[in-house]
Amino acid sequence: MKNTVEIRWHGRGGQGAKTAALLLADVAFKAGKYVQGFPEYGPERMGAPITAYNRISAEPVTVHSNIYDPDYVVVVDDGLLESTDVTHGLKETGAVIINTEKEKDTLLPLLHGYQGAVYTLDAKAISMEALGKNYPNSPMLAAVVAVSGVMGQEEFLKEMLDSFRHKFAKKPEVVDGNMKALELTFAEIAKTKKGGVNS
Amino acid sequence: MAVRERLSGNEAVAYAIKQINPDVMPAFPITPSTEIPQYVANYIANGEIDTEFIPVESEHSAMSATVGASAAGARALTATSSCGLALMWEELYVAASNRLPIVLALVNRALSGPININADHSDSMGARDSGWIQIYAESNQEVYDNFLQAFLIAEHKDVMLPVMICQDGFITSHGVENILLVEDDQVKEFVGEREPEHYLLNPNETLAVGPYAVSSYYMETKRGQREAMINARKVILEVANRFQAMTGRQYGFFEAYRLEDADYAVVIIGSAAGTCKAAIEEIRNTTGKKVGLLKIRVFRPFPEEEIAAALTHVKAVAILDRSEMFSATSGPLGAEVRAALYQAKGTAETVNYFYGLGGRDITVEDFCQVYDNLEKIAAEHKVTDMYEYIGLRS
Repeated sequence: MKNTVEIRWHGRGGQGAKTAALLLADVAFKAGKYVQGFPEYGPERMGAPITAYNRISAEPVTVHSNIYDPDYVVVVDDGLLESTDVTHGLKETGAVIINTEKEKDTLLPLLHGYQGAVYTLDAKAISMEALGKNYPNSPMLAAVVAVSGVMGQEEFLKEMLDSFRHKFAKKPEVVDGNMKALELTFAEIAKTKKGGVNS
Repeated sequence: MAVRERLSGNEAVAYAIKQINPDVMPAFPITPSTEIPQYVANYIANGEIDTEFIPVESEHSAMSATVGASAAGARALTATSSCGLALMWEELYVAASNRLPIVLALVNRALSGPININADHSDSMGARDSGWIQIYAESNQEVYDNFLQAFLIAEHKDVMLPVMICQDGFITSHGVENILLVEDDQVKEFVGEREPEHYLLNPNETLAVGPYAVSSYYMETKRGQREAMINARKVILEVANRFQAMTGRQYGFFEAYRLEDADYAVVIIGSAAGTCKAAIEEIRNTTGKKVGLLKIRVFRPFPEEEIAAALTHVKAVAILDRSEMFSATSGPLGAEVRAALYQAKGTAETVNYFYGLGGRDITVEDFCQVYDNLEKIAAEHKVTDMYEYIGLRS
């Protein structure tokens, strides 16, 4: 398990946290990794908090439990911070990435004293700028790749371009927008990294 | 050449069905197996396979239609979970006693109540006496591989029994993992076509299927089913050998993982075996303690002698059940493994744990605790609690 990166996603039913986890598994798989992407199902209803998970490793992964001490946590909906201890078990050497329009400082008190790195990203703003629509999945996916380094940026962008071309074969016009969302996110995370993530 | 892919367990089974291109698939949706007929229906709609899909109004009808199709001579299958399997109850026995080589993709889910959609083995364990062969999987790879072997076992003339290919609901059915797929033409060659000996649509041989049997015939029918189940042991291994020749992946009645030199062993079925393997590696690397695993693949027929032989040298065994049978003593696996050890005059101390009911998670740490307990039990030659629940909220 030492060489396995474990990621936990928090979202609400219908927001695409599960889809994002599966997309991450997909792109890491294409980059030659052993992957797991799986949701944890509670009551299935729109808007209920849901959790999804990724394990990404250079070696086969046999563990089939949920993830309790993740390396990274991604929060797709900042409204969850009030009700869910999203950093529970999160390694201090890791990071939490939160999709929010709010200032980071206003969210820190909701993180139960987590001492590791905290990244915030306005995925909606990025998606609106790149695509004209609010699809936060692509930015959050790029953010977790940028922060965790589970794969290189170039490799990620190349695989995502392939995926988007395949997925949007009938509407190629949205491929560029999605790619732009990924690039904007990388730039945004790089800025945060440079400025010190926990300052 | 194997095809490197990443699929969920449901996708993997649907893909195996696509590659087999069976004749008839009646099905009724139920979580978490719904995706299987859904994907197959897509394959059919896209013209990729020519399976006859029969949407039915219940699982009772799904298995009834599968029975009819199989009796007619078709290669027939269905998929279900939990309460869906329960609604097929009567037809499960009809399928087995009529010696119909049906395959059922079962995605294991807890039976009500309370109503719950997550994994445990209460559905298939309840059906363990129905006369079906039962084969379980740890991973997406295994459920795919098992499915490719299923019809060959079921249709063998010495067997002619239905086969249940089981996987853990959500844990593997909805979890995406790496998988190696066999190429289409290889699968085609491997599974061939069904060549029924006796079938309803044969105009040259009139036949009745499922007639009433008076007392003077019924018992012989049961003895015949028993004989078929005994024969299945040989056939399961033959098919596994053929599969290994094609893919290099080896299967038997069970997997013995680091068991050869083990002092302490876990016996378990399904996806949690993978978590147990991680615990074994951790314990062996950090403490050097000799811990191992016996992962059941084939539960029906039950490989009694082989299991006992594999556990003869072990000091203590924990048998883990993912379903209750409310005997107020053992679970189904616990009872049968203990009986096997008794029969073989085994000397290992045994303890029976219940885990994972209704999807309760089991972790690497839980397994480390189990091995700790086994060490204590072996040292003291005393089992204080023969039957315990793991991960119960206090």
